Amino acid sequence: MTVLLDRSTRVIVQGFTGNTGTFHAEEAIAYGTNLVGGVTPGKGGTTHLDRPVFDTVKQAIDATGAEASLLLVPPPFAADSIMEAADAGLALCVAITDGIPAQDMIQVKRYMRRYAYEKRMRLVGPNCAGVISPGQAMMGIMPSHIYRQGRVGIVGRSGTLGYEAAAQMAELGIGVSTSVGIGGDPINGSSFRDILELFEADPATDAVVMIGEIGGPQEAEAAEFIRTSMKKPVVAYVAGLSAPKGRRMGHAGAIISAFGESAAAKVEILRDAGATVAPSPAELGTTVAAALKRAGLMS
Amino acid sequence: MDIHEYQAKELLEGFGVAVPRGGLAYSPEQAAYRAQEIGGERWVVKAQVHTGARGKAGGIKLCKDDHEVAHAADELLGKRLVTAQTGPRGKLIHRLFVEEALPIERELYLGLVLDRKTERVMVVASAAGGMEIEEIAHSKPETIIRASVDPATGMKPFQAREIAFALGLSGGLVAQAVTTLLGCYRAFVELDATMVEINPLVVVSGPRLVALDAKMTFDDNALFRRPQIAELRDKSQEDSRERDAADRGLSYVGLDGAIGCIINGAGLAMATMDMIQHAGGEPANFLDIGGGASPERVAKAFNLVLSDAKVQAVLVNIFAGINRCDWVAQGVVQALQKRPAGVPVVIRLSGTNVEEGRRILRESGLPIVTAESLADAADTVVAAWKKAAA
Repeated sequence: MTVLLDRSTRVIVQGFTGNTGTFHAEEAIAYGTNLVGGVTPGKGGTTHLDRPVFDTVKQAIDATGAEASLLLVPPPFAADSIMEAADAGLALCVAITDGIPAQDMIQVKRYMRRYAYEKRMRLVGPNCAGVISPGQAMMGIMPSHIYRQGRVGIVGRSGTLGYEAAAQMAELGIGVSTSVGIGGDPINGSSFRDILELFEADPATDAVVMIGEIGGPQEAEAAEFIRTSMKKPVVAYVAGLSAPKGRRMGHAGAIISAFGESAAAKVEILRDAGATVAPSPAELGTTVAAALKRAGLMS
Repeated sequence: MDIHEYQAKELLEGFGVAVPRGGLAYSPEQAAYRAQEIGGERWVVKAQVHTGARGKAGGIKLCKDDHEVAHAADELLGKRLVTAQTGPRGKLIHRLFVEEALPIERELYLGLVLDRKTERVMVVASAAGGMEIEEIAHSKPETIIRASVDPATGMKPFQAREIAFALGLSGGLVAQAVTTLLGCYRAFVELDATMVEINPLVVVSGPRLVALDAKMTFDDNALFRRPQIAELRDKSQEDSRERDAADRGLSYVGLDGAIGCIINGAGLAMATMDMIQHAGGEPANFLDIGGGASPERVAKAFNLVLSDAKVQAVLVNIFAGINRCDWVAQGVVQALQKRPAGVPVVIRLSGTNVEEGRRILRESGLPIVTAESLADAADTVVAAWKKAAA
């Protein structure tokens, strides 16, 4: 088993028939993802990429037993589609869409609280690269060939920096159980802590790489979880040591606005919590290798 | 997106927030005329620039007659106001706001922000107004009142009343504070703001509660549905390079170093800048060219980075996912054939179609140094910069 996604997970694409939806659905199918159909309102009853198209998520679940959705709906309509997925009872929604208004995400997070925690859909993203369990399935926009199959989990905000980590690890022969991009928005679905919790409980994961960045409280929350509840080794890196205060660095969430939000402060908090911090982004792979060797997980 | 004080006041007034009487002026004559129009005995002439800390920087002047108003306006217009928040270049003053000066009895602080921890709008208030919120948090943390608002119901009057009483208000001022708070919350949500700040919110004779200053920031991601807000954008207040970049769909932040950066993805961009610093250099900019970077976009990125006179070397770091390295390589070649860099260029490509990308760069005959890894790229560009600077 891996976290969130494996080869048996029945996946639909929301925004299936658009250009972006089509491109990434094709990639997911080629990788081996069990993609059972898609949703585009108004195109129900047709077929796309040899798979059925539905008008609503509920219809898609009834007909295919779908459990998860890859969401590639344009920003003005994306929040509505996430709420539709939550209401229809999917277990997982991976929202790739970049540019969703913050107020819409406040609504989404509030809406999802209608469901008891055990029945609540897990949202990953938005504005993220998605989820991949190498060798099994992918729901995202990442270059799948760079990931080697293995037993280290990756969780990060940034897509390309996550690729960098996976590539450095692959170079050293270290593979990945699941890689999860939680996205660069200020208000997002799953937090670092949420994903660490999954990795800690996952028998197919031995260690975790956590890639944070400046801005927001989530790295500190994750550190608290690492301190109190994690037995598996965690290697961390926080991007933005050279970032000035008060300037937004690309991601809507990447802005230092309060105490504890700078990269240096987050590094300190994570180190105190017992994580091994990579001294530079070029040493992500070697730091993971060293941590695995220390734990007797790599020879 | 930021807007001016007078624009924020106009918006908030529409939501029931009381503001002083005032008018906009583009010339000393207009400023004096505004003062007469407003009436009274004292006026403030306020520079309209996108920054805080204007008062300490001399951007706000108290005047006793219309001659003084005209004189203050003459001094301010066309000047670059340098405050603690603007950086050394300051912000150009094009517009002035002339307002009645009110005798202040008490100063309060009121802010509404997007709180990432609770994932809700949070009201932050303090009876210690007039200071920056960071200053209050540091010197009088016990005065800070926080209340987060349930988005399902919006702010309710009881919550506003609790805040008003906690601020020490009484009598008719409580009802005015409730109107102000509910108005600010509605403005925040209905206009897709990310910040509303009234500092100070003052008690004047009457007693009346008035927003003496107002600042609003808006969610760029929501401007598509707020055309009336998008219209308020004042491009003269933005850094010209950052503005040009944004107009081209690139995310750029100018910094102080000498090594120009062209990178895809915000996280990788920050990490690469960290790596440059780690290797002994300083980045000249943050630049994320985004996911689907076409050759045209790469060419624009080069023009932008090279237009910075401080840049003495350039590092391109692309990890292609949706991007393809061969496209990026074509973009680099097109850009450099049209406009030679004149400074050393180090390129590191990784990911989809990397071999093809490297081949294109090699066969272009352009003076480009390629690097295999992130560490290699940073070391190479820092060495090239040191050599060029020596």
